[in-house]
Amino acid sequence: MNLSRLQELFQSRELLYFLTWRDVKIRYKQTLLGATWAVLQPLITMVVFTVFFGRLANIPTGGMPGPIFYYLALLPWTFFAAGITNAGNSLITNTDLLTKVYFPRAILPASTILAGLVDLAIASALMGVLLPWYGVTPDLEAFAWPLAILVLIILTLGAGMLIAAVNVMYRDVKYALPFVVQLLLFVSPVIYPTEKIPDGYRWLMLINPLSGIIETSRSAIVPGRAIDWQHFGISALIACVVFFVGSTYFYRVQRRFADLV
Amino acid sequence: MTEATDQHAIRLTAVSKEYRIGASQGEGMLRDALVGGAKRLLGRGPAKAEPKTVWALKDVSLEVAKDEVVGVIGRNGSGKTTLLKLLSKITYPTSGEIDVRGRVASLVEVGTGFHNELSGRDNIYLNGSILGLKRREIAEHFDAIVEYSGVGSFLDTPIKRYSTGMRLRLGFAVAAHLFPDVLLVDEVLAVGDAEFQAKCLATLSEVGRRGHAVLFVSHNLEAIESICSRTIWIDRGVLRMDGPSREVIAAYLKETAQANTAVIDLSQSEGRPGTGEARFRSMEFLAADGSPLEVIRTADEVTVRFHFEAHEEIQSPYVGLSMFTEFGTLVTHPNTWSAGLELGRVAPGQHTLDLHIRRVPLMPGRYPLTLWMNRHSDSESIDWLEQCATLTVHSPGKTVFERSLPRRTGAVLLDAEWRSAPS
Repeated sequence: MNLSRLQELFQSRELLYFLTWRDVKIRYKQTLLGATWAVLQPLITMVVFTVFFGRLANIPTGGMPGPIFYYLALLPWTFFAAGITNAGNSLITNTDLLTKVYFPRAILPASTILAGLVDLAIASALMGVLLPWYGVTPDLEAFAWPLAILVLIILTLGAGMLIAAVNVMYRDVKYALPFVVQLLLFVSPVIYPTEKIPDGYRWLMLINPLSGIIETSRSAIVPGRAIDWQHFGISALIACVVFFVGSTYFYRVQRRFADLV
Repeated sequence: MTEATDQHAIRLTAVSKEYRIGASQGEGMLRDALVGGAKRLLGRGPAKAEPKTVWALKDVSLEVAKDEVVGVIGRNGSGKTTLLKLLSKITYPTSGEIDVRGRVASLVEVGTGFHNELSGRDNIYLNGSILGLKRREIAEHFDAIVEYSGVGSFLDTPIKRYSTGMRLRLGFAVAAHLFPDVLLVDEVLAVGDAEFQAKCLATLSEVGRRGHAVLFVSHNLEAIESICSRTIWIDRGVLRMDGPSREVIAAYLKETAQANTAVIDLSQSEGRPGTGEARFRSMEFLAADGSPLEVIRTADEVTVRFHFEAHEEIQSPYVGLSMFTEFGTLVTHPNTWSAGLELGRVAPGQHTLDLHIRRVPLMPGRYPLTLWMNRHSDSESIDWLEQCATLTVHSPGKTVFERSLPRRTGAVLLDAEWRSAPS
């Protein structure tokens, strides 16, 4: 990412805005429930997780109410899963734009991530109901929540750009992506707390940047649970590396997109 | 920078563009890349056979001044669109340098990025911003755009309910308000009705008068001659000729429109798109009695016989022959689809098909022909011979007209007669 690229991106900010706006506007067109879907998806998943993993399988929820435990993980998780899927496919679903108009190509994955951010904001608003309902009052540590989301955005954008660029060349990605997302759910601490991981496998949690983001999302909101800054720091560092690799690769191959797509 | 070089809007220096063709183009396989990479690591010689490549443009140098309207002509596949894509930075040259000054707007297609679910109003903003307009600029010209497009009463209707014509008009309306420094136009006039085309042309020449550089690709030579003072001819990726429009177009016509022969061999024709499941081999002109016909006159009875070879079994293809004027206007377009002729299952091997013309309705002149065969199921082209031959129609003499024809005859022989009506 050098300066002229950033400058070009900045000059195209209105296109970024319009493409994001298009994504948001189209997503819930001709649906009855509209933007409610942004809340319903994590909410229903939360209910299912609470019933099956919490009640039936008795997986511990780190001393916090089950619904809060799952919802706080599902917010970043849903954003990430939808983000890498949509950003990863953003180039090949906009072939007509790629082959007919010039604009900074990074706008395509970026706009899908921004559209996902709108969903995240809507889904987060439900916390305003859930937290009081379960008697959870966040303390000062809540300032870390936006920080976790920032790292989440960096990670998702970086991974999304990498996937999008590879996807242009190898459509295998399109088929592998849903499968990989599904697997990632199980290796991330969404349905179980990190504490449950045996010590010998802790490193697995450390190299998965989603784990630090998800755990920080929980610890920041629920009082009496200290944020593991070391874990979060490692996750943030890995997220930055992913972003660097993803964006560098994207910019290196972007000239060939129109010829390959 | 000297004063003189500052005057150009576009400058290409020895620009070439190479495309890979064949299996390696488009969807790749991760497997191949992984296997290739592994082989390279193990040092097992070249990982992949050299991919087949084709030069879409070769060593093109060109300079266009800030206020020039330049026409670009050439057969299909000659590299015209590649040139526009290079200038608009959609794709990049393999070698050479491109310098384009100022804001570039490229109209490779009208209405790029239109989204069906969005209203006309939303699409004006979306399309405008895709084409490089700022929101403020779109808002400023919004009323003018709506006025120009003539879709005012449907502004809040999703454009999936629009007719093709309405979409087109809306798309061009946005493009007409771009006010770029360099405008690149690719064959947008091939679509739309006559009124729309006239409006587009007027807008294009106005852009030129405003002092912006325009590069206008078209098969409509009449249109090019009317609005471009200078024309370049690209032939198989090479800049063949560059000069005053009249001269370049005349040279182009002379080469592309050859004289009639009774049998036209098509097997050697190059640059034919299509799947290749079948290929036209030749085309014959036959008189009413079945003898070869070399001189065709207005109002003659002619049978055009097509010979084609199917390489595999094809389900109900359809075949058509398009006749154009020398200026690229489509005159007529007989085809088996409209005629309702089902060719059924075409077995591999040689086939013939006749088009019987009872009375050639063309005035004396030369008519470039385009021959095609499409697949029934998905309308994909099986064989496509763009301007593969020219039909030269000679004067019918006294059999049809009492007196010799004026110099401008028009294209069509009207099946009509004059009568004096009682006053």
